[in-house]
Amino acid sequence: MGAGHAHPLHLPGTSPVHRLSPQVKVLAAFMVVFCVVATPRAAFATYGGYLVLLAAVWVIAAIPPGWIGRRALIELPFVVLAVLLPFAQGGERVDVAGLSLSADGLLDGWNIIIKGTLGVLTSLTLAATTSPRDLLLGLQRLRIPATITTIATLMLRYVEVIIGEARRMRIARVSRGHDPRLLWQAGATARSVGRLFLRSYERGERVHLAMVARGFTGAMPALDERPVPRLEWTLGMLPVAVALALVVGAWATA
Amino acid sequence: MSIPALRVSELRFDYPDGHRALDSIDLAVAPGERVALLGPNGAGKTTLVLQLNGVLRPSSGSVEVSGLPVRAEHLREIRRRVGIVFQDPDDQLFMPTVAEDVAFGPANFGVRGPELDARVHDALTAVDMAGHAGRSPLHLSGGQRKRVALATVLACDPEVLVIDEPSSNLDPVARRELAEVLLRLDRTMLMVTHDLPYALQLCPRSVVLDDGRVVADGPTRELLADPELLSRHRLELPYGFTLAGG
Ligand SMILES: Nc1ncnc2c1ncn2[C@@H]1O[C@H](COP(=O)(O)OP(=O)(O)OP(=O)(O)O)[C@@H](O)[C@H]1O
Ligand SMILES: [Mg+2]
Repeated sequence: MGAGHAHPLHLPGTSPVHRLSPQVKVLAAFMVVFCVVATPRAAFATYGGYLVLLAAVWVIAAIPPGWIGRRALIELPFVVLAVLLPFAQGGERVDVAGLSLSADGLLDGWNIIIKGTLGVLTSLTLAATTSPRDLLLGLQRLRIPATITTIATLMLRYVEVIIGEARRMRIARVSRGHDPRLLWQAGATARSVGRLFLRSYERGERVHLAMVARGFTGAMPALDERPVPRLEWTLGMLPVAVALALVVGAWATA
Repeated sequence: MSIPALRVSELRFDYPDGHRALDSIDLAVAPGERVALLGPNGAGKTTLVLQLNGVLRPSSGSVEVSGLPVRAEHLREIRRRVGIVFQDPDDQLFMPTVAEDVAFGPANFGVRGPELDARVHDALTAVDMAGHAGRSPLHLSGGQRKRVALATVLACDPEVLVIDEPSSNLDPVARRELAEVLLRLDRTMLMVTHDLPYALQLCPRSVVLDDGRVVADGPTRELLADPELLSRHRLELPYGFTLAGG
């Protein structure tokens, strides 16, 4: 996708991580997250190990940590939830800065925050180095059911359709003297959100008709059936091996 | 006469909201014939086009493509035979790049590998857009998108080409070049247009649709030379344009 319209979660590049086949990356990310989830909650050093592992991938892929950091904010609501947990739970209590907190709740909160954060960071790393279309290709090649990949493809397209419609409608409104910042014109903005939904739906219908007219039967044709070189699998599974070693180590010493 | 490439008989179509868009349409197009479909806004042209490959299904009556009735069990073959270029290219283009969009149709019909690449390249070359293969269709100009939309259907190599409004949004040179492309294609063609000189240039025969009915069917030159018929159906030649009676 061209610049200026690029997907917000994708950071185009040519690093070895970017060049890996998508199915390798999807599988690797999935397995790393699996290891993270399986780690005992009190294995603090192991979580540090995962962070170092991710940081190493960011260095190789030339992703600035700030870039990932800003996008990781989407998990904020979950963090808030996890922070509230220690107040809510019963059991043994500890005093932190004058507050009486449940020790179990504290560990639970930490568990959610650290696993959630590592999961989000891993997904963001995958998304940053893999274009949305490649992600879909990756899923398709991993034999994920065609319905799922097709729905995902269409969702991607419709997000763009909706953004495009919204932009055109806004330009049309603004050209007729509408100033969206003026409060008394909020009504027009609200109405056009309603229109936007209808128009996007109708356009979605027409896009689908046009796809059907070109022989679409429900599954995206797989265009590129290039087999993955063994080296790529080896490279892609390296971080997985590290994560596996970390989780096994954590259980062995727990 | 041999089996018509397109045969529409006694076709009636009501939209789900009850609006009758087409009423007792009879139309036959011979193989290799190029026919213009004319008529005012809302006449039912687009609705008729969508019947031709089974995207919309008649409320009564029938459509046949080279003798094959448009029915659920033949839809795949019907859609391989009839290629439709939609009125609004934004409805047609949805892949991340022009090349992938052009490949979508033939890939659905089972074309793969080098043959697929060749199809994509030839189709884009035919509309003079080969230099834009890697770009996002969303970033092209209206006329460029129009041409890519045509390429997405050319790549399917259909027997019958149905085009809704080919010349709208094209600059004069692109409009003329597209006419040359279409004339070179040499296949059965049904072309919806408001551009009457374009119809005259490309299609020896025209059908006029108004309010869901066929109101005239004959040689384009004769129809366009009948000012009475034109004005009755809100058709108008461009300013300063007159035709000697045929
Ligand atoms: N989805 C729909 N539901 C109900 N009525 C519709 C729908 N689409 C079109 N119509 C109606 O059917 C009639 C024919 O529409 P159609 O789009 O076929 O016209 P057209 O000849 O292609 O016009 P134009 O030259 O403006 O493209 C119109 O009166 C229109 O309002
Ligand atoms: Mg129309």
